[in-house]
Amino acid sequence: MKHAGEYRNPEITHTILEKIRQASKKEVRLMEVCGSHTMSIFRNGIRQLLPDTITLLSGPGCPVCVTSQWEIDSFIALSQIENVIIATFGDLMRVPGTGTSLQKQKADGRDIRVVYSTFDAINIARKNPDKKVVFLGIGFETTAPTVAASILTAQKMGLDNYFVYSAHKLVPPMLFALMGDDKVCIDGFMLPGHVSVIIGVEAYRPFFNQFCIPSVVVGFEPADILYGVFLMIDQLEKNRPQLENAYRRAVTSQGNLKARNLLDKVFYVWDASWRGLGKISGSGLKIRNEFSAFDAQKVFSLNVSGSKEPEGCACGDVLRGYIAPPECVLYKKVCSPVSPVGPCMVSGEGTCAAYYRYHG
Amino acid sequence: MCLAIPSKIVNVENDTAIIDVDGVRRQVSLLLLDQPKVGDWVIVHAGFAIHKIDESDAIESLQALHEVASYVDGGK
Ligand code: SF4
Repeated sequence: MKHAGEYRNPEITHTILEKIRQASKKEVRLMEVCGSHTMSIFRNGIRQLLPDTITLLSGPGCPVCVTSQWEIDSFIALSQIENVIIATFGDLMRVPGTGTSLQKQKADGRDIRVVYSTFDAINIARKNPDKKVVFLGIGFETTAPTVAASILTAQKMGLDNYFVYSAHKLVPPMLFALMGDDKVCIDGFMLPGHVSVIIGVEAYRPFFNQFCIPSVVVGFEPADILYGVFLMIDQLEKNRPQLENAYRRAVTSQGNLKARNLLDKVFYVWDASWRGLGKISGSGLKIRNEFSAFDAQKVFSLNVSGSKEPEGCACGDVLRGYIAPPECVLYKKVCSPVSPVGPCMVSGEGTCAAYYRYHG
Repeated sequence: MCLAIPSKIVNVENDTAIIDVDGVRRQVSLLLLDQPKVGDWVIVHAGFAIHKIDESDAIESLQALHEVASYVDGGK
């Protein structure tokens, strides 16, 4: 797009930064709840550029980080079933389950393939009619419609060997849960850009109305993020919290209706369990009964028990902004991107991995 | 997992499109978009175009950004 460069234009970022410095008086804690924000913030050194009054926290926005240990163990159990091919986004491979990981299973000869999109998974199913292909559906409202579309496509094609394990999670209920936690201390939320492309700004209205906390939908370029921070600081200094859209070139008030309709058609909402946050009412998506034939949880009888989060891993506390990764006793000593103990050290979007890479 | 860079649709065939991202061509699904056409700028996530950028929204976004930036310059 001919304007894209503007959002990386150093002149613009510097002037917004200057404006933030002028405006910021109170000490505030702002949380982003999107893995792509976390990556952009660290990559562009934004935490260090901001004045000391502003603390940025990375919340539960990295898909593999919020996936519960039981779900990870279920994925691994699926990979051990005869004739199953697992299709997954790459980040899940190295997440340690209770006893093993998908990567170790692959080394042991299980058929686990990294895909870029659900359509790669559909293609694998088409080319392997004698195998059962299971796509591991993690992520938020941005990814879930692509998974819904793949189920409808499989149905249309008459594919009977394509399945999905839906571990999808929803952002607005997670925001309610965070604010309902007395130990959590947050003054403003940077709302996820591409989740909002799908659900629209108004999806956060009930949350905003209840908690009346600065809530700004933000894009991913450095200028986008600084602009979002500026709006939150401005709201906080003037004591005028608002739900604002700072990513208007991508996000509308109602979102992508076609994608939302697909979500409704294929999934229903249930009370999902999150790593670190526990069970949150209405925060997950499961496959509707009419699509049971594609639902890996129904088709394969999995009997996963005894799931345990890695001992000593404080990923759950990191996700809620209670602690920063260096406060975890295992950080760097035992846990590193080469040999991660918890999921927050695995994904590039994970806070521990981002700290390790950019702060050492 | 999000590609922040908008991509241009250079070819449409049924439910898929070829997009151009800074000179690199990729195939994406159009199942989540209404009436996409060649020349549209889209946002892509995990192999799907998820949003068609409206030129006037893009200009408005940019104006909002410039407003914040210029205010500092002007206020010195
Ligand atoms: S540093 Fe490793 S062990 Fe500690 S919280 Fe992060 S992922 Fe868990």
